[in-house]
Amino acid sequence: MVYLTRKAEFSASHYYHNPEFTPEENQRIFGKCNNPNGHGHNYTLEVTVKGQVDQRSGFVVDLKQLKDIMNREVIDAMDHRFLNKEVADFKDAIPTTENLAISIWRRLAPKLKLAELHRVRVYETPDLFVDYYGEA
Amino acid sequence: MKAYLTRRYWFSASHRLHSEDFSAAENQAVYGKCNNPHGHGHNYALEVTVGGQVDQQTGMVCNLVDLDRFVQEKILERFDHQNLNTLTEFKIVVPTTENLCVEVYGILQQGFHHAQVEKVRVEETMLNSFEYAGGKEIRF
Repeated sequence: MVYLTRKAEFSASHYYHNPEFTPEENQRIFGKCNNPNGHGHNYTLEVTVKGQVDQRSGFVVDLKQLKDIMNREVIDAMDHRFLNKEVADFKDAIPTTENLAISIWRRLAPKLKLAELHRVRVYETPDLFVDYYGEA
Repeated sequence: MKAYLTRRYWFSASHRLHSEDFSAAENQAVYGKCNNPHGHGHNYALEVTVGGQVDQQTGMVCNLVDLDRFVQEKILERFDHQNLNTLTEFKIVVPTTENLCVEVYGILQQGFHHAQVEKVRVEETMLNSFEYAGGKEIRF
């Protein structure tokens, strides 16, 4: 089994707000992230897939195909977007880094044919990242 | 949905690697330059990984404010700009980064209850790093 990781970058804005909370609760729990006008990050995405090395190609996965899937499913949908307003995944879920990682996993996992998705890592900033392994 | 959140922090400290179990010659042989009696320092980078179910209400494994506050009060204020050898936990235990990892993990495990403490990773320099997960295998 060999693991392969491909990186991508995207920039997006978001804010944290739960309509079930009072304004005071939203402010207390989410702090500055509750600003309804949003704020932005340069996100770094790391997608790790695993699989056997194909005898003929020497690949775990065709990197170009992986790159195309990541671009189509994630980057095209999220880059330079306001996540709360423009990405349907966050209509009812708060676009935290945790939910972003889960959402990206759900977008990618069904599209990968040969290799298996192992981990989605999303860096919100260089000193904060979330890993999701598809666990319930 | 279970996810893992990692936060990175920095602190600077000095230490000297020296064991009372070794002779002077052995200390020199084992620790080399790190045995310099006056000590030397590092900019340590600390990565704390916590895991748990993502709360449906907040979208979070735990509130970063709680993690930051705990690490600031219990770890960074304890170790930043200190000589590690002068601290009680390193009176007998040699302040290698292995032992520092274990110590920091213990502080988190004991006192941080907003999420499960999964792993501690400490970079002593840009060229070496150490990870401890309470004896568990580390998944990458």
